[in-house]
Amino acid sequence: MSQATTGDTPTTDTTDDIVLDVQDLVVEFGTGRKRVQAVSGVTFQVRRGETLGLVGESGCGKSTSGTALVQVQPATSGSVAYKGQNLTKVSKSELRQLRTKIQMIFQDPISSLNPRRKIKDVVAEPLVIWGRGTKEERDAKVRSMLEAVGIDPDNAGDRRPREFSGGQCQRISIARALMADPDLLICDEPVSALDVSVQAQILNLLADLKAEFDLTVVFIAHDLAVVKNVSDRVAVMYLGKLVEVAGSDDLYREAAHPYTEALLASIPEPDPDHVSTHKPLTGELPSPLDPPSGCRFRTRCPYAQDRCAEEEPPLRDVAPGHQVACHFPVGPIGAARQAATTS
Amino acid sequence: MADDRELADTNAASALLTDRFPGQAATDEVVVAAQSHGVPDDAIGKAPFGFLFWFALTWVAIVLLSALLANFLPLPNPNYQDYNAINQAPSIHHLLGTDDLGRDLLSRLIFGARVSLFVGFFAVIIGLIIGGTLGLVSGYKGGALDISLNAGSFIILAFPAIVALIAITAFWGHSLLKITIILGVATIPLKFRVIRASTMSFGQRDFVVAAKTMGSRTSRILFKEILPNVVPIALTFSLISMAGIIVVEGTLAFLGLSVPLPTSSWGNMIAQGSANGNLGTNPYIMLWPAFAMFLLLWAINLIGDRLRKRFDIREGVL
Repeated sequence: MSQATTGDTPTTDTTDDIVLDVQDLVVEFGTGRKRVQAVSGVTFQVRRGETLGLVGESGCGKSTSGTALVQVQPATSGSVAYKGQNLTKVSKSELRQLRTKIQMIFQDPISSLNPRRKIKDVVAEPLVIWGRGTKEERDAKVRSMLEAVGIDPDNAGDRRPREFSGGQCQRISIARALMADPDLLICDEPVSALDVSVQAQILNLLADLKAEFDLTVVFIAHDLAVVKNVSDRVAVMYLGKLVEVAGSDDLYREAAHPYTEALLASIPEPDPDHVSTHKPLTGELPSPLDPPSGCRFRTRCPYAQDRCAEEEPPLRDVAPGHQVACHFPVGPIGAARQAATTS
Repeated sequence: MADDRELADTNAASALLTDRFPGQAATDEVVVAAQSHGVPDDAIGKAPFGFLFWFALTWVAIVLLSALLANFLPLPNPNYQDYNAINQAPSIHHLLGTDDLGRDLLSRLIFGARVSLFVGFFAVIIGLIIGGTLGLVSGYKGGALDISLNAGSFIILAFPAIVALIAITAFWGHSLLKITIILGVATIPLKFRVIRASTMSFGQRDFVVAAKTMGSRTSRILFKEILPNVVPIALTFSLISMAGIIVVEGTLAFLGLSVPLPTSSWGNMIAQGSANGNLGTNPYIMLWPAFAMFLLLWAINLIGDRLRKRFDIREGVL
């Protein structure tokens, strides 16, 4: 099914192996004439056990995509299938059940925890909602989970969120998410509100827990340096659309989309003698109320040509496991294609 | 205790770092960086209530108790007219004096407090239960329900309340119960708007999204996640609006549109004190209820304000 629509996924995955299958996801806000498309037709798959990084600048629709994956933000059209079950079509009670398998970690650690509730109640909540276990069993599980995320349950249990730092709150959020026994963890910029020293701790914790609890992760971030370290594959988003999807190493070695190229060039180099050869991007992200015709990136693209304004480039395969939505790809892939067409 | 926790956390953090980067021992900087994340306990101190708060609370308690126990206090009948003791100044027989019909002013003041407090309390309850529930559901659910309820509240609020109240009491009558219901219903739009606004702000927090992904039903989200955050705001606002209701009841009584005479209320006592040249001959008739009402309103407002400060939610120091 997914093979038919994308048409060109070269891997031999069976559908069993795909935990999350997103097809033509569109999310619109507002009604009538004031309609904004935050996500306009995004298609990707997440395979069991992998970490998919979703990057893009602020306002490109990556966080909206994240909430649409659990259908907290309902999809306007398209589908989100978790292990073959389309979350946009299932009944309310089925959605309630299925959602527990997909948990989220949020950007703002303070806002993720109810300021009025004790930590042990916050963490036990998934068990209480579903009536799992006795009081003693729940307490024991809360304790072991808090220990697993590096929070001392004896001291923390009866405290309220305001008594913890951002990093500690994020650990507690992770503990709560894991209590629901999820398969898929959607991390929506989980470290961008934290100090750099704490960022590393949380990222390491996530990596440990991913292995321990056999998780699949969608990691949403604007920081390519962070995504590079945690992701197996990276999807780059621009103005509500995916522009490039590739394995993490492939993307960093041979970015084919001019936008990805620009993002990579903007990663700060620790070398003071380093001179960037890439021209920085100019201009602002166009308004999603009135996106540019053709390729959405063309207004800021240094290589834009007439064709880019007329024809929207589809996301197509340029190398095994490497998809790009560009008429004129750059980098080694672009050079190879150009050589092929001229000869 | 907090130090232990921070230390434990710090040790865990540095252990984690050494674990991950074996070549790089956990340096003091790392430890310090991790420690500086702890929140000192004294940052979570509570705002002191202060002397005025306790004074105000005492006044409210005195008014409340004497109104509740009025029947058991050694007071003369508030409606008994003693023509041998007209317009008397305060004395040992009549502690606050008598009015132009020879009625004991202390007795009338205390029985009048019953009206003010009854109307103030129950009108707030009516407004809070109906307006609060509507605000909670409307603010969380949004959509067409929210738009129509919101528009309705604006229409009612745009109407000059006191004129509407006078018209309604004139048509429907003005027993104590009817006045309470009318004033209670009149405060629904304001209660609705306050509760709706704070529900909306809490309903968009990430912890509500988290509750949804965990499979919480809407009722559980409303009661467990949102309501506990909205209640302190609702209580404070209720106290302050109670003061407003007492004033409006007084205004209606002054106009003769509250509880029918001879039942005393602070409002009709003030009206009586200003009528028939009483203000010149016997200022006490107006003085006592005006003073009592002023002090009660001040006390309620102050208590509400201090409680708001005390229950103000601090959300960490990040």
